[in-house]
Amino acid sequence: MRSGRRNIVTGWALAAVIAGMVGMSFAAIPLYRMFCAATGYAGTPSIGLAAAPGASGPTIRVRFNADTNPALPWIFAPDQSEVKLKLGDEQVAFYHAANQSSEAVTGRALYNVTPDKVGKYFHKTACFCFNEQTLAANQSMEFPVSFWVDPAIRDDPNTADVKVITLSYTFFRSLDDAAKTGALTKAGPHVGPMTAAEAKLKAN
Amino acid sequence: MDATTTAADHHEHGHHPTFVQRWLFSTNHKDIGTLYLIFAVVGGTVGGTLSEIMRAQLNFPNDHIVNSGQEWNTIITTHGLLMIFFSVMPALIGGFGNWFIPLMTGAPDMAFPRLNNISFWLLPPAFGLICTGLLMGESGSGWTLYPPLSNSTYEPGMGMDCTLFALHLAGLSSLLGSMNFIVTIFNMRAPGMTLHKMPLFIWSELVTAFLLLLAVPVLAGAITMLICDRNFGTSFFDPAGGGDPVLFQHLFWFFGHPEVYIMILPGFGIISHVISTFSRKPIFGYLGMVYAMVAIGVVGFVVWAHHMFISGIDVDTRAYFMAATLIIAVPTGIKVFSWIATMWGGSVELKTPMLWAIGFLFVFTVGGVTGVVCANAGIDEVIHNTYYVVAHFHYVLSLGAVFSIFAGFYYWIGKMSGHQYPEYWGKVHFWMTFVGVNLTFFPQHFLGLSGMPRRYPDYPAAFAGWNFVSSCGAYLSGAAFLVFLYVVYRTFTSKEHVADNYWGEGATTLEWTQTSPPAFHTYLELPRIS
Repeated sequence: MRSGRRNIVTGWALAAVIAGMVGMSFAAIPLYRMFCAATGYAGTPSIGLAAAPGASGPTIRVRFNADTNPALPWIFAPDQSEVKLKLGDEQVAFYHAANQSSEAVTGRALYNVTPDKVGKYFHKTACFCFNEQTLAANQSMEFPVSFWVDPAIRDDPNTADVKVITLSYTFFRSLDDAAKTGALTKAGPHVGPMTAAEAKLKAN
Repeated sequence: MDATTTAADHHEHGHHPTFVQRWLFSTNHKDIGTLYLIFAVVGGTVGGTLSEIMRAQLNFPNDHIVNSGQEWNTIITTHGLLMIFFSVMPALIGGFGNWFIPLMTGAPDMAFPRLNNISFWLLPPAFGLICTGLLMGESGSGWTLYPPLSNSTYEPGMGMDCTLFALHLAGLSSLLGSMNFIVTIFNMRAPGMTLHKMPLFIWSELVTAFLLLLAVPVLAGAITMLICDRNFGTSFFDPAGGGDPVLFQHLFWFFGHPEVYIMILPGFGIISHVISTFSRKPIFGYLGMVYAMVAIGVVGFVVWAHHMFISGIDVDTRAYFMAATLIIAVPTGIKVFSWIATMWGGSVELKTPMLWAIGFLFVFTVGGVTGVVCANAGIDEVIHNTYYVVAHFHYVLSLGAVFSIFAGFYYWIGKMSGHQYPEYWGKVHFWMTFVGVNLTFFPQHFLGLSGMPRRYPDYPAAFAGWNFVSSCGAYLSGAAFLVFLYVVYRTFTSKEHVADNYWGEGATTLEWTQTSPPAFHTYLELPRIS
C-alpha cells in the first residue's frame, strides 16, 4: 500500500498547514503590534526615551484631542487645545482628568496620531497613557505627556506637507476595574431609551 | 453450503448495505455527494424562505411582518450564513466535488472515505445550531459577525454562541473535506492524467480546496477569540482591555474574501464543462483557464481590506487594496472571454444546462462589473453598506454561484440518477428564475445609488417603487424554486433510463465512460489517459 502511505503523509502535511494558519491568526496580534511599532503604521507614535536632538529652525503645530468612553465616569480634556513647537525640541503638555464617581476608578488610554503617516516621526518620551491610571473618588489630576517631532519629517517627501499633527487619546475603564465594581454586567436591551445613569454620564 | 457461496453472499451483501449502513455510515463518495446535495437543497430552502420573508417585509414601507429590528437582524444573519455554508458550499464542493472528483480523475473513491463521512455529518448539527440561533432570535450580528455588535454587551444571548459554534463545525467540515480533495487530486489520478490534462472542474475544486485550507482556519481563530471575549473575559476585540475591534474585521475578511472565491470557483469549473459540451468544442485556452483560476485564488488572499474601506484605514492602504482588487478583473476577464470564445463558431445547442451557463455568463459579468465599481475606494465611501453592494454580491453569488449549481444539476442529474430531467420544465425553471432574480436584484442597484442602506427592515417612502419591483421578483424566483422541486420529482419518478454518454460527442471527460448511474464501485480497473 505505497499509495495509501503517500495519502497519509500528504494528509498530515495539509493538517499541519491548517494548524499553522490557526496559529498565524493568533500570532497576527503581536506581529501587527511589532509591525506598527517598527514602522509607525496607522499613526503609531515612536515610544521610548530617545532624547530629542535639539531644536532646529522650522515649527509644527500639535493639536490635542480627548475622548472618554461612556463607561468611564471621568471628565477628561486637554489643558491646551494646541501648541506650536520647533522640530527636534522636546515639549510637555497637560491633560486633566476628574473622577465624577464616588469610588476609585481605573482607566486606560489608547492613543495615536494623525495623519497616520507621521507616526514614525512623532516621539513620545513619557506619557500617562503608558500605564493604567487610577483616580480616587472625586479626585482630579493633571496628566503630563512629553514628546518631540523628528526634523526628518521635513525631508520625507511623503510627510513634508504636514503642518498640523493631532495627538489623540481615548480613555476606557479598565476591564479589571469594571469587573470589580460590577460595571461590567449585561448592558441590557441595546435598543430603547437611555437609562437615567447613562443620560447623566452623557450630559457630563 | 460451501465456501464459494458464502463468499458470493458476502460479496452480494457488500453491494447492498442496509439503509443505515448506506446513508449514515456511508464511505462511498457518490452516496456522500448525494447526501451533500440533499442537504444543500434543505439549507437553500430554509435560507430562501428567509429571503422571501425579508422581501415581504420590504414589499411596502412600514410593513410589520418582522416584529423588531433584532428579529430582522437575526433573519439577515441566518439567511447569509445558511446560503453560504449550508447551501452553496455543500452543493458545489461537497456535492458535485464528491461525486465527480473521483469519477473525472479515474480514482476509485476519495482518499479518506471515513473522513469524508465525518465531513458530511458535521454539517447537520451545525445546521441545528444555526437554526437555534435563529429561533432564539439572538444572533443579529450580520453574517460578518463584527464586534461590538456580536459581543456580550449587544448580543448577550446564547443564540449568538450557537451560531458561532455552528460556524466552527461547518468550518471543520470544510477543512476535512478540502484535505480529502487535495490528497485525492494529487495522489489518485488515473495513470497518464498529468496536472495539465486534468479537467477544469477538478482544477477548480483543487484551487477551492487550497483556499479553504488557508482561509477557514483564520475564521476559526477569529471566532474562537470572539467566543473567548464573549464568555471568558478576554479582550481581543475590546479596546477597554487593549484589544482592537478592527482586528476582527481584518481576520474575518482574510477568510471572507477567499470565501467568495470558494463559492464561485467550482462554478467556473462546471460552467467550463457545460459550455464546452454544448458547443461541441474543447474549452478555449485550457491553460489560460487553469492559471486564471490559480491567479484568482492567489490574488484573492491579498485584497481583503477592500471590505473595510470605511473602517478608518490609511489612504495609502486603501490605494493598495483598491489596485490589487482591480487586478482580479484581469484573470476573471480571461475566463469570461474564453467561455465566449469557446461558444464562438461552435455548434451551440441550447439545452437547459447551456441556458443556465449562458445565464451565468450574463449575471456573473453584471456582478463583476459592479464589483469593479465597488472596488474603487472613493466610490465605495459613498455606496458602502447600501443596496448597491447587496445587488453586486447577489449578482455574483446568489445568481452566479446558484446558476452554476443548476447548470451542474441539469448537466449531471442523468449521470447521477440514471434518469433524465424533463427538458420543458427545466427550461421553465430557467426562464422563471432568470426573470425573477434579475427583477429582484437589478432595481437594488438603483436603490443603493439613491442611498438606501442595507440591513434595515424599513425605508422612506421614496424607495417604495423599486422595492415593490424587487419583492415581486423575489416571489417569482420563489415560485421558480417550486418548479425546480417539481423537476426533481419528475426526474426521479421517470421510467426512462439514459445512456452512458447522453450528451454525445461534446462530453469528453471520464465520467461519461461510466454507466448512468455509475456502479456503486467504479474504476476497479484504472483507466489510462493517453
